[in-house]
Amino acid sequence: MSTRPAASLAPMDTGASDHRGDGPWPHALLAWPTLALTLLFVVPLGIIAALGFFRRIQAGFFEVAFVTDNYARALDAFHLERLAVSVVLALVATLATLVVAVPFTFLLTRRPRARQVPYLVLVLASLSLSEVIVAFAWSLLLSRTSGISNLLVSLGLMDAAASWSPGLWAVLLAYVFIALPLAILSLYPTFSRLDQELPEAAGTMGAAPLVGFVTVVLPLVQRAVAATGALVFIFVLGAYVIPQTLGRPAQWTIPVHITDQAIMKNHLPLAASLAIVLLVASSLIALAIVAIGSGRLPRIALPGRAR
Amino acid sequence: MTFHRTRFVIAALVLALVGGTAAAQALKVAVYGGYFQDSFDAHIFPRFTEETGIAVESIAAPTGMAWLVQLETAARAGQAPADVSMMSQGPLQRGMTSDLWVALDEERLPNVEFVRPALVNRDAQGRLVGVGAVSWFVTLVTNTDTYPTAPTSWAELWGDHRNSLGLLALPENSFLLEITAATFFGGTEILDTEEGILQVVDKLTELQPNVQLWYRDEGQFQQALQSGEIPMGQYYHDVTGIAADEGFPVRSTFPAEGGVLDSGSWAVTRASSMVDEAHVFIDWFSQPEIQDLVARSIGTAPTVEREYLTLSDEEFAFVSDAGDPIVPRYDMYLERGDWLNQVWAERVTR
Repeated sequence: MSTRPAASLAPMDTGASDHRGDGPWPHALLAWPTLALTLLFVVPLGIIAALGFFRRIQAGFFEVAFVTDNYARALDAFHLERLAVSVVLALVATLATLVVAVPFTFLLTRRPRARQVPYLVLVLASLSLSEVIVAFAWSLLLSRTSGISNLLVSLGLMDAAASWSPGLWAVLLAYVFIALPLAILSLYPTFSRLDQELPEAAGTMGAAPLVGFVTVVLPLVQRAVAATGALVFIFVLGAYVIPQTLGRPAQWTIPVHITDQAIMKNHLPLAASLAIVLLVASSLIALAIVAIGSGRLPRIALPGRAR
Repeated sequence: MTFHRTRFVIAALVLALVGGTAAAQALKVAVYGGYFQDSFDAHIFPRFTEETGIAVESIAAPTGMAWLVQLETAARAGQAPADVSMMSQGPLQRGMTSDLWVALDEERLPNVEFVRPALVNRDAQGRLVGVGAVSWFVTLVTNTDTYPTAPTSWAELWGDHRNSLGLLALPENSFLLEITAATFFGGTEILDTEEGILQVVDKLTELQPNVQLWYRDEGQFQQALQSGEIPMGQYYHDVTGIAADEGFPVRSTFPAEGGVLDSGSWAVTRASSMVDEAHVFIDWFSQPEIQDLVARSIGTAPTVEREYLTLSDEEFAFVSDAGDPIVPRYDMYLERGDWLNQVWAERVTR
């Protein structure tokens, strides 16, 4: 509204169009989501933040108080190391997911509509699998006794069956598995709106398909890619069954420790303060990812081809 | 359409009211979900209802600490997700500290005299708040295909078995400090002091290279043990025995140092509105003949003294061990739980 060019135009306008937005109904309609957001998000978050300041009673539960011990413990060397591990794991998983999802979605949207549908159905279907099912399925698939390595042995590709879980690679693999459908669905609208003729024009002008993809397509979709990256990062960072089931203690992330404190150790104040620390850290990093995506990617100079 | 919907809503409300009233008449008893709940539903609760006329609704409870948090939070809101709960000893004592449990009337529990004194749980004021329900052992378990001969000592965990063990992930449910102390330090007295505990932790960290899985979910380890993926570890004697009966290549061994004896006690949340029926249930369950039934049908160890039971030697050996058990140091977790959890997270599970 403030960018309206001239005040003199305003009186003429308001009579016709602006009145429509001032009736009681739009406000009433807006009040509902605002109320829901307050009740279902702001209030519980406030309770959790406050719970972090309550006093832990070691042999019992907790009492209402204002102490900073829990936040201090949530920010000690051990938990900061766990936070760093959680963030790095989630970032690596996010990158790996994008490396698969971006070319996949690009190639998918180049196909005729009818051919896209089965893929999209498959992607949507895999989204319905819960984290628990995914974690347990992979722990079987990566096991020595009944896992994929037995298949590779029978194909002559390996000498003996191996146990690939629990461990770092098992955790990363499962992270990418749960994040992939989300990433594809989030990238799909942008990629399907992309003008088909742009990569074709790049090709006509002599760019190899990969060069055209990197120099023409990627700059056009970088915002969507960054937003998807932020989404995947937050999604993966919050997972706790996967690192708990498929990880060794070295891969136990902050969410695993929050679950332990809240459920197994009855220490709700520490669980709450760890949750707030994780929330702040993940929000900052997700914002940074989006900010990086909104800036222009550095132009990549590629050796020119003969015309 | 509106008319139909209105009728439907009214019908649903009536159903909910009727259902709610019927459920309110049943005593809600919480036992661990899965095998325990299935067995209690099949063998124990129907007989109680038959003999007393009190209907029981079984509630699937998660692990003790998680259930304690739910009961505690619900009680603060005046709700009782279950009237009577089977609580393991650690969570039971934490519940005492926060006055979660109803003080039981001993006049109305004559059969409690049969229960082992250690499982007649009293709070700091001497009020009776818990009565032993069942006992269970955590033992040394092995896959019989991988290990044709049974191990004889907990020290086997420290043997040459790289990446072969499945151990419980937390100090308070694995009791690994007590096991280490009993195996290498002549008993759990060394756990009286922080210096002693750190010595035990040092010894415990030596077995890290052998651990393949620090588990929280029992199903995950049981599956891995049965398939031989993780051929050795600590697990529950009762369910291992049942898996062996079903033909899986697993065995449970009472090591020379003893199995770890833990127990569940019945306790009633202060938010319960069925305290009278809860007394009837607890007293009924404490009868020696019911304890016989529980041992035979569920495979847990009885909480009633052996002399009152009719179990044969063979039946008794199936659910228990003649030797002295390792008794968990519940006091240690109450006094130094937070410090211990920190040491454990920073040094044992690394």
